Amino acid sequence: MSKEMKVLTEKDLQQVTSRQKVTKVVSQVLLYLFLCTMALIIIFPFYWMIISSLKDLAEYRLSTPTLFPREIHWYNYVKAFQKAELLNLFKNTLIVGIVSTILSLIITIITAFAFARLEFKGKNALFAALLATMMIPGELFTITNFITITKLGWYKSDDPIKGYAVLIVPFLVSVFYIYLLRQNFLQIPNELYLAAKVDGTSDFKYLCKVMIPLSLPTLISITILKMMGSWNSYVWPRLVAHKDFYLITNGLRSAFTDAGSGEADIPVQMAAVAVVSAPLFLVFIFLRKYIMKGVSRSGIKG
Amino acid sequence: MVDSKHQWKAWLYLLPAIILLLVFTVWPIINTVRMSFTVYWDETDVAGYDENGMPLTDENGKVLWGRYKGYSIAEELGGEREFEFGLNNFKEVVKTDGFWQIMKNTVILCILTVPISTFLALLIAVCLNAIRPLRRLLQTIFFLPYVTNSIAIGMVFAAMFNIVGVNPSNLDQSTSLGIINAVLGWFGADPINWINQGSTYGANIAVMVIYIVWNALPFKILILLGGLQSVNKQYYDAAKVDSTPKWRVFTRVTVPLLSPMIAYVVITGFIGGFKEYTSIVGIFGEKMQPPGASVGVPRLQTMVGYIYDNLGNAEGIASAAAIILFALIFVVTLINLWVSKKKTHY
Repeated sequence: MSKEMKVLTEKDLQQVTSRQKVTKVVSQVLLYLFLCTMALIIIFPFYWMIISSLKDLAEYRLSTPTLFPREIHWYNYVKAFQKAELLNLFKNTLIVGIVSTILSLIITIITAFAFARLEFKGKNALFAALLATMMIPGELFTITNFITITKLGWYKSDDPIKGYAVLIVPFLVSVFYIYLLRQNFLQIPNELYLAAKVDGTSDFKYLCKVMIPLSLPTLISITILKMMGSWNSYVWPRLVAHKDFYLITNGLRSAFTDAGSGEADIPVQMAAVAVVSAPLFLVFIFLRKYIMKGVSRSGIKG
Repeated sequence: MVDSKHQWKAWLYLLPAIILLLVFTVWPIINTVRMSFTVYWDETDVAGYDENGMPLTDENGKVLWGRYKGYSIAEELGGEREFEFGLNNFKEVVKTDGFWQIMKNTVILCILTVPISTFLALLIAVCLNAIRPLRRLLQTIFFLPYVTNSIAIGMVFAAMFNIVGVNPSNLDQSTSLGIINAVLGWFGADPINWINQGSTYGANIAVMVIYIVWNALPFKILILLGGLQSVNKQYYDAAKVDSTPKWRVFTRVTVPLLSPMIAYVVITGFIGGFKEYTSIVGIFGEKMQPPGASVGVPRLQTMVGYIYDNLGNAEGIASAAAIILFALIFVVTLINLWVSKKKTHY
């Protein structure tokens, strides 16, 4: 063994390193091949959605599907807006999204502030109890909330105030957002708070002037997740909302119920889906950092 | 020192959150448990039916009347019922026609999608971690399915698997076989009726698994890649010095070091899997099955779908089903935690 080691020449060593280089190149090529294939699979549905929305029905029904429309037809989008009444759905979703985000932010901020900076009896026990509720599946709440809003007379009410309230009020408090923001508030050094107290600054002024600006990234994450939540919510509005106050996903699904029968006008359907997906993509492109930051700490969709 | 003036102020800050939580979180926990155990005696209904669907009778052939029914909001608002404690709701859930079909769907989707998506996500995360150029671009693409609407993209998947003008007895006579069957055709495979009239249960489940995995990948990749990037490079340097083969590095270094993150995505994956509902609505619509597949319980009904279907007429049964679902998730999470405690390093 030691004899063989001795006769290793410079040339042998070069051979070994060049072989290592070859395996490295091969493995890198394989890595990229695998990743690009997977990326294509991931992205393909989006591609198919867009090109299908631009085909006319005759081309869509060709026995061999075309990978690119022979002629681009925008009128599917016009039809989609008419068929699914997208404008009204957009309006409802924006109202619910904006109002619930603003109210939810206010509640989250003051609650997180109380838990992070103020002192009161039973603070830790109360916070632990809040966190414990996060383990319970939402379906369990849905049943009683359904009954509560029925008793309040909000069930499928065609009154605008009640109609929107039923979609907003039950989801104003999110324990997860409170937790997220409290952790952020706790990182702000207590000395700042004490200094402000010495200067006679009120708690509320300190919250607005110091803590909120310093936690802006977390607040942006919360805003995006909450808005996405309204955009994607489906079950609750379908259960309790009057048809006039359906959100975008409900309208989308109920306008095209004939999926699977094979006869649906799929190009129009895909145009509607593309319109609904577009705002999410815009948010994603410009604010990806904040979404990923919020998501990696939660595992909660919306 | 905490003086009482400050205490009072703190509670003022907490007030809105506490009121809303009491009404929409705490009370539902108590009330759902209460409803699941609440029944009433309905003397105007027959006691039950025999296996031929005829009302039960006593030995003289007289029809038996009166039976327990579950809580419902209509009965409570009617105000004429006296509610009592009973286990009847749970019995009703288990006795529901198709209950085992519902359980089967729920469990199959979980058991198939969680391992597949976790393994694929792990593979993709490790590969992403091993490259430099294009990493950010690929990372962005892999995160894309997360920011989508699961109903909307479900409709896109349905369109991809859809056969236009389907002829169930001879697929080749259909108008268009759809893009997925066309791609399969390039590889010489026969077309499959995935979601249309006359499709099989297996094909339906296959579509659901593909869609759910596609949807579950981004979150898992994000968490696992985050974990990989925080792993101490020294372990890999040590493996390099020993010239350990790549596969061994993966199974002996990467997986053990990542085990807390893997446990996390598996547990959240199981919890999400047991609550599968909207992805099925996305693909099959609210009927939860291909056209004409079943007249009773929809072929792809899940526990969550069953709970929602009972809202508005039988809240007691819905509550009992929700408690069963919660118990199921709780037990599986405990098993997961127990396994990961044995297998997780650190």
